[in-house]
Amino acid sequence: MDDGGVHSESGIPLAPSYGPDDLPPADDLPPPGVFPFTRGNFPTGYRGRLWTFRQYSGFGTPEESNQRYRYLLEQGGTGLSVALDLPTQCGYDSDHPDVEEEVGRVGVAIDTLADFEILFDAIPLDQISTSMTINGTAAILLAFYVAAGEKQGVARAKLRGTIQNDILKEYVSRGTWIWPPRPSLRLIADTIEFCATDVPRFNAISVAGAHFRDAGANAAQEMAFTLMDGVTYCDEVISRGRMTIDEFAPQVSFFFYTHGDFFEEIAKYRAGRRRWAKIVRERYGAKEDKSCMFRVGCVAGGASLYAPQAHTNIVRVAYEALASVLGGVQSMFTAAWDEPFALPTEESTTLALRTQQVLAYETGVAKVADPLGGSYYVEALTDAMEERIVEIMADLERRGGMVDAVEQGYLHSLIADEAFRVQQALDSGERKVVGLNTFATDEVPPEVEGFELDEAGRQRQLERLAEVKRNRPAGEVSQTLEALKKAAATDDVNLMPLLVDCAKAYCTVGEMVEVLKQEWGEFQQPVVF
Amino acid sequence: MPARVLVAKPGLDGHDRGAKLVARTLRDAGFEVVYLGIRQRPEAIAAIAVQEDVDVVGLSILSGAHVALTRKTHDAMVTAGGGDIPLVVGGTIPRVDVAKLEAAGAVAVYPTGTPLESVVDSMKELVAAAPR
Repeated sequence: MDDGGVHSESGIPLAPSYGPDDLPPADDLPPPGVFPFTRGNFPTGYRGRLWTFRQYSGFGTPEESNQRYRYLLEQGGTGLSVALDLPTQCGYDSDHPDVEEEVGRVGVAIDTLADFEILFDAIPLDQISTSMTINGTAAILLAFYVAAGEKQGVARAKLRGTIQNDILKEYVSRGTWIWPPRPSLRLIADTIEFCATDVPRFNAISVAGAHFRDAGANAAQEMAFTLMDGVTYCDEVISRGRMTIDEFAPQVSFFFYTHGDFFEEIAKYRAGRRRWAKIVRERYGAKEDKSCMFRVGCVAGGASLYAPQAHTNIVRVAYEALASVLGGVQSMFTAAWDEPFALPTEESTTLALRTQQVLAYETGVAKVADPLGGSYYVEALTDAMEERIVEIMADLERRGGMVDAVEQGYLHSLIADEAFRVQQALDSGERKVVGLNTFATDEVPPEVEGFELDEAGRQRQLERLAEVKRNRPAGEVSQTLEALKKAAATDDVNLMPLLVDCAKAYCTVGEMVEVLKQEWGEFQQPVVF
Repeated sequence: MPARVLVAKPGLDGHDRGAKLVARTLRDAGFEVVYLGIRQRPEAIAAIAVQEDVDVVGLSILSGAHVALTRKTHDAMVTAGGGDIPLVVGGTIPRVDVAKLEAAGAVAVYPTGTPLESVVDSMKELVAAAPR
């Protein structure tokens, strides 16, 4: 890859300058809002609607998180992004003996519908959109959300939001898997169908390349792996023969990290948007334009942030946010500068939100759609990025698709190789990072107060769970769980209505997960490093 | 005989980039690496450490639960008869927690930003200091 020349972080060779010959034919570059949407989904760019400022948040107990959400909404946040604790993500209740130190730690603990009622107290669910970073237990949390909406008197059809619900990348890079790939794909297809018919303003899946990226994949791999995951989920729904692509594709969205290589990140989003549009039209025969649109959320930060001279991360996040907007994303989370050390504080989170607000309201970058469209360099890089994405996807198809690549550990090894290559480039100084291997100082990293879950909060959570278990109608619990188990043993019943029934009967996350484990078994991780 | 090191992630946190980088770097530095992967129970880590007769056990934790998980793993190792195996911990660890980890049974701590070569050197010293 490295021939001594200059290349992007994904290894795309770069010329010293670009000119008119590097532009694609005019037919390939229609105006913004026209298929294949290289220049954006909408003719007027962000004029019609700014991107959503979506800050990831959720701490400890539902009460504490509810307070934080209300604060973020008052500060001008326009959507909630719910962080859930690891037991909830992996399907364990807060009273499971193996998980006591993780309850409420990296997000909020949710055991039953009662927790959701508190989490969204005084937050009208028909007026906000809620994004939940939840995968293994996504279908269960969606069932809770639908049930919580009904308790507030909000019809399913009015609920807006997104569940991440992308299990394939969990097997490779994020690790909150529960069941093996095949039944998990079935459950995901169930949620996609259910959203299409019952919760039409809710995005059933956010195919998340971000975690491939954070685990070490480069920008081209991130986009290619993610599009392959998207194809795998769409194939699953289409193969059932109950829905056409146009009935569900508008509810599929995507999620990425924006890292530091400014123009490559812009090209990544433009190339991904074009490639997805073509896939949806060519592979699935979509008739509607909106089915072909690539809806993207992103995070500026993650593994592109560093601990030494940590305030420098504020600058990194700002540039990454700018690249994201020039790439045309629909929603963004800007990471706090202290993220490499600790869970962010209210102060650092607010500063991260302000970074987006300055970009949106002061810099003027949102005034004109796709301001870089027609740039010799950006268009050439977009083309090169798309070419690279196509190559990587073809390699995965040749190897039998994503499920095989996951089960055999192929994806794990590609990502570990790239992570190792980058680490060597950092260690040798070939890749420069200010404060880390360039302009490093003896400055001691600032001491950051991390968030400590107070034991009292955990006890409250345990008490509430015990109380819910005492007071719920025992007959309904066993009936709804039994119905879920029976349906899980078939492969043609949509499980979502049954999960909603379980939620309303105050079954716990762990109980629903356990019933499905009995039918489906558990995933065995390939150990590759 | 090459020194043997066990690398594992206890708890539910799945961020394994650092653990894998360390495992590969140690292998390249001549260690024999037993890599267990993510979501390992402390009791399982302890049992395998003893069974495989490793020279060092390395934990990687990014969820913030490092103190409790380190203590649990240390206690499990003592129970399993591996209390003399040095236990080291890396991950997203505020410096104020280093002393707490040492109190919980860690002999070395590698917070975010520790150069890989320092990790290797530290492990080599631990192995040399405690020939088993």
